[in-house]
Amino acid sequence: MEINHWHCYENMFSSRQFEASVTTVWRSGKISGEMHLSTGEEAITAGTVLQLQAGDAMALDHRGTSAMLMRGVDPFRLLREFMGKSDGLCHGQGGHMHLFSKRHLAASSGIVGATGPAAAGFALANRALRPGSVALAFFGDGAMNQGMLLESMNLAVAWRLPVVFICKDSKWAITTLSASVTGGKLVNRAIGMGMPATSIDGTDVEAVWKTASKSLIRARKGKGPSFIHATCTHPEGHFLGDPLLRIARHPVKEMKKVAGPMIKSAIHLQGASILKRSGSLATVTTLIGKTARDQHFSGKDPLSRLRRQLKKENGRLEKLENELINKNQAVINRALAAR
Amino acid sequence: MKTNETMKTMSFADAIEDALATAMATDERIIIIGEDVHLLRVNLLSRFGRDRVLAAPISESAFVGAAVAAAMGGLRPVVEVMLVDFIGVAMDALLNHAAKTFAFSGGNWHVPLVVRAACGGGYGDGGQHEQSLWGWLAHIPGLTVVVPSTPADAGGLMLSALSHEEPVIFLEHKLLADYWLDYLGAGGRDTVTYDIPMMGATGPVPDPWQPVPIGKMAIRRNGSDITVVGVGVGIHRALEAATILAQNGYSAEVIDLRTVSPLDREGLCASVSKTGRMLVVDEDYQAFGLSGELAAVVLESGIQAKYGRVCVESTIPYSPEMEKQALPNTVRILAAANELLLKR
Repeated sequence: MEINHWHCYENMFSSRQFEASVTTVWRSGKISGEMHLSTGEEAITAGTVLQLQAGDAMALDHRGTSAMLMRGVDPFRLLREFMGKSDGLCHGQGGHMHLFSKRHLAASSGIVGATGPAAAGFALANRALRPGSVALAFFGDGAMNQGMLLESMNLAVAWRLPVVFICKDSKWAITTLSASVTGGKLVNRAIGMGMPATSIDGTDVEAVWKTASKSLIRARKGKGPSFIHATCTHPEGHFLGDPLLRIARHPVKEMKKVAGPMIKSAIHLQGASILKRSGSLATVTTLIGKTARDQHFSGKDPLSRLRRQLKKENGRLEKLENELINKNQAVINRALAAR
Repeated sequence: MKTNETMKTMSFADAIEDALATAMATDERIIIIGEDVHLLRVNLLSRFGRDRVLAAPISESAFVGAAVAAAMGGLRPVVEVMLVDFIGVAMDALLNHAAKTFAFSGGNWHVPLVVRAACGGGYGDGGQHEQSLWGWLAHIPGLTVVVPSTPADAGGLMLSALSHEEPVIFLEHKLLADYWLDYLGAGGRDTVTYDIPMMGATGPVPDPWQPVPIGKMAIRRNGSDITVVGVGVGIHRALEAATILAQNGYSAEVIDLRTVSPLDREGLCASVSKTGRMLVVDEDYQAFGLSGELAAVVLESGIQAKYGRVCVESTIPYSPEMEKQALPNTVRILAAANELLLKR
């Protein structure tokens, strides 16, 4: 399938708008618990999900919003689900981490790595019942250390399952720098298991689209799984209210809570040697600084990247954006007004 | 508690950490393993260094399994899986290894391991992040399961767990441990509120620390008409209900088991034989769990008692309104207690 940049942009922009509104609603307290945004992943979602056909399945992680939207799930029902209302997508039972749409064969999990086995199973069912259709597995770099994901990659190769494994690499596993707990290169793991693996810039929708297109054709033809490693950034960190980002953004207010006990502990009479202690303290302060740098778009925003490309066509872009902003606002207003 | 010790006030979370730090300072074999511990246990990291506070990848089956063998090899690991829900990923290490080694080795090889996890709901995070699971874990012979409800017990049980020779699952409720509630619930917002049991979130603790014995319940309120029994946040809900029952002329005894396995059978039976009525308040699942086990214990001892239970009956809904109904709350406890009290 050929890429349609305008179609991609429309979907990416709508998703971004929707999640910006979700952030506001979450801050107002109308959404409970955690909130993991897929903001920053829009090009990866658009480059893969917009190529799906009827019968294709998606195994989604805890950031499934953009994939659900681009697969055609009603944003009103999504927001109502986040608000825990009975007219939400899952009648308020699941929440944002557990989004399910049977009609779209789309299932989410808040357990890291669980999308691997799920995609393998969907692919098995698809091969038997809906020949030519595939399953996508979305997960982060942190999940690449989870046994069940690696096991299902091997299973997919052994059984030649029509799966496309999509690793969205933000460099961070919750508040742990992935590189500090991960050995080797992620693509090499997939290659080692015998499937084609490609590393791409996940903010470049065209690159994602082209790579995914090859993987999807391969899967549909029954030639087995492939692996896409796509880099991205989460400007809000792991979730809204990310503790590292909070400290980085409001150092005086947030550091006050942490610094006192931390310094008290560091100078406590009993404990490790001074060298080890100062090393540990440095680790923490480095992490805070690194978060602030890493989780920042700094020219790597998938949306503005595509926007620069489309700007040439006079007026069309602004007109489209205004339409989408109004459309989103209408949905949000309706969701907030509903009882 | 001894009378000569002084008391100080501490939060539930600080109590665990303070007891842990006290033990770590005297026992070099104690190490911390878990996801994000460089941040979650930043104070222990700054005091004891990176060799004793090990940040792990999201690989529960590997690092919990490794902790089991590290304990067999002579260390005393405290391994954290963040939320008890995530223990599912590492279950083989606990079910088939940690719990079996002592028996398989003919009683020659201990596994002095502490598995620490946050549990419980009440902040709207959905059924994959808010489970309790203590009954499910206690079902397995070889696993000790403790669920503190006050800062003093949290620290004291942590001390006991650290010196226990066999694997202990230490569960801290997120409504009591403020940092978890902020991490997973509020996220820095002041636009959300929670029904936090204040007596459990902050309270007096002994100075210096005293271990709280594993397998010993505590009577939180004396009474003669009905025994209300449970663990964790359930105790605080039961105490609220007991206050209201007293206003209506009923005297409820509230028993905090503190340890789910092994159960304090004697303590429980003594109370129920006195009151003749047992109401279990359990945030874990109702069927095949703690509430049924308590009924069995009482039946086996030959006590004739009226029985009722207020538990979680199905998957915890994400929706805060539905969640409130699903978890044991004071209204549900009062309704069940009144029903039992009417039975003659």
